[in-house]
Amino acid sequence: MTNLLDVENLRVTFPTRSGTFEAVRGISFSLGRERLGIVGESGSGKSMTGRAILKLIRKPGIVTADRMRMGDTNLLTASEREMRRIRGRHASMIMQDPKFSLNPVMTVGSQITEALLTHEKTSRAEARKRAVGMLDAVAIRNPERVMGLYPHEVSGGMGQRIMIAMMLIPNPEILIADEPTSALDVSVQLQVLEIMDKLVTDRGMGLIFISHDLNLVSNFCDRILIMYAGRIVEVCQAGKLHEAKHPYTIGLLNSVPDLEHPRPRLDALQRDPAWREAPSVSALT
Amino acid sequence: MLTVAVTLLGLLFVTFMIGRVMPIDPVLAVIGERATQAQYDEVFLELGLDKPLITQFAIYVNDVLHGDFGTSIRTGKLVSEDIGRVFPATLELATLGTLIGVFLGVPLGVLAAVYRGRWIDQVARFVGLIGYSMPIFWLGLMGLLIFYGILGWVAGPGRLGVFYQGLVPERSGLLLLDSLLAGDWTVFKDAFSHIILPASLLGYYSLAYISRMTRSFMLEQLNSEYITTARVKGLSEWTVIWRHAFRNIRIQLITVIALAYANLLEGSVLTEIIFAWPGIGQYITTSLLSNDMNSVLGGTVVIGTIFVALNIFSDLLYRFFDPRAK
Ligand SMILES: Nc1ncnc2c1ncn2[C@@H]1O[C@H](COP(=O)(O)OP(=O)(O)OP(=O)(O)O)[C@@H](O)[C@H]1O
Ligand SMILES: [Mg+2]
Repeated sequence: MTNLLDVENLRVTFPTRSGTFEAVRGISFSLGRERLGIVGESGSGKSMTGRAILKLIRKPGIVTADRMRMGDTNLLTASEREMRRIRGRHASMIMQDPKFSLNPVMTVGSQITEALLTHEKTSRAEARKRAVGMLDAVAIRNPERVMGLYPHEVSGGMGQRIMIAMMLIPNPEILIADEPTSALDVSVQLQVLEIMDKLVTDRGMGLIFISHDLNLVSNFCDRILIMYAGRIVEVCQAGKLHEAKHPYTIGLLNSVPDLEHPRPRLDALQRDPAWREAPSVSALT
Repeated sequence: MLTVAVTLLGLLFVTFMIGRVMPIDPVLAVIGERATQAQYDEVFLELGLDKPLITQFAIYVNDVLHGDFGTSIRTGKLVSEDIGRVFPATLELATLGTLIGVFLGVPLGVLAAVYRGRWIDQVARFVGLIGYSMPIFWLGLMGLLIFYGILGWVAGPGRLGVFYQGLVPERSGLLLLDSLLAGDWTVFKDAFSHIILPASLLGYYSLAYISRMTRSFMLEQLNSEYITTARVKGLSEWTVIWRHAFRNIRIQLITVIALAYANLLEGSVLTEIIFAWPGIGQYITTSLLSNDMNSVLGGTVVIGTIFVALNIFSDLLYRFFDPRAK
């Protein structure tokens, strides 16, 4: 079976006043029809990896790679026009912070239907019907009413589910989910994860699931990349996490999250400067 | 609503006080230097100058509320009549100027933000620089010299050529509108050829301001996360810019445009003088030079009121366009 995505030696660089800053420092991985988790502390380059795949790193950021292929498309040489056809339709991304990631002056409904109408020739009425259905699928009560709301009128958890609905509606093959459940409380979190899991399995998508929370990811994903300072320090099958060798991974595992605050407390974690310089582990399959 | 009332009352208080502290005797202004003492006393009482200041102020406010600003000693007519005559000229000029500023300045600002650092951004910056550093009378005189004197593309100073005066019935006082309503194309053309140069000049200054503000508003929006979300959906750049980013600056733009408009309504004095434009700026200036305080204060009150009214209007639009303000 061919992979949905292959990335080799991906780098994301930002010029700064004091030289250049590498947010992602040469990582390689591939994605099949699987659930791939990316875990790492804040600033380790998870979101930048997701954006680089869609070629949405803003200037003056620079993306380089030896290879970056999605299906039959070479992303490295793809024009902006080709990228627009890919974005949304073939690969989509649930953005990290719904509070800032939804347009404040457009209704929820128009933002969701827009995602569909960009890629499919359907009538507005039909698009609306499907948007309502999608909101229903992500367990939003009274979806008809929510369609007419503005982002400031919905809660953070609802915003995340709206985001999920919006990105799933054009039925992409690859879904990058950047902390899709971080604003949800634990019960809703599980519910939303279940919904995503079902949608991903039913539609045969490849999912990249970005999170801080190693325990959450280990329950939900098939394979896990551990990122540290822009590199992959370890790759694990979710079931074999107990075999993890890297001290950083072990540290993440041991920092057991309490249920009220599902984020692991990483501050107490000891870090070895050598981790930063160790070569990136390949997660190509 | 209360703040509006207070603002207006404050404005009236200021104009009232100016009228009292000016070293111009309001009685002499009415009766002239050679009147007898008896006549003087009579007018003194008639004007209520024997009453306490607070009563005088109340009378003043009451008069103003009834549209009574007294009589102009220069024209001998009611100040309100004078203003009714000159104000449409200013309104027409400022409106056309603002339209030019908006329709050129907004797209220019948007393009400058989208193509930041590229040539169009440089052009916008250059336009802004000239708009900020060139005195308006210099640009005005150069404009007259080149487009009227040398090229002859436009008409000279004034609102209308002598042959066209009084040809169309006055309805709104706006010559362009009145001539259109009357269907008189020759008058329209002449009025247009008179107004286009001063309006472009004012429009240019508006454009410089509006494009600079639009650019910075747009830059802020284009850097927000929801713009990346829009791109993730695969939207075209046009849609991202206009449907997503621009929608978010409409609210701020309304305020900027209202301010630019108010600026042209009250601040086009120099332009009106250079182009012999019979508007309210020129009216106030001429009145001031002939110690005609009733006209000066009346004109000031009218302009202040317009300023407040524009603020209210932009506030209302704000509420209409911003879902968060409801
Ligand atoms: N425009 C930029 N210029 C310079 N550095 C940047 C820029 N954008 C992001 N970075 C840096 O890139 C690094 C990686 O950021 P990224 O958003 O990928 O982290 P993350 O792993 O997603 O963290 P979090 O868990 O907090 O979301 C961070 O250290 C950030 O400071
Ligand atoms: Mg992130």
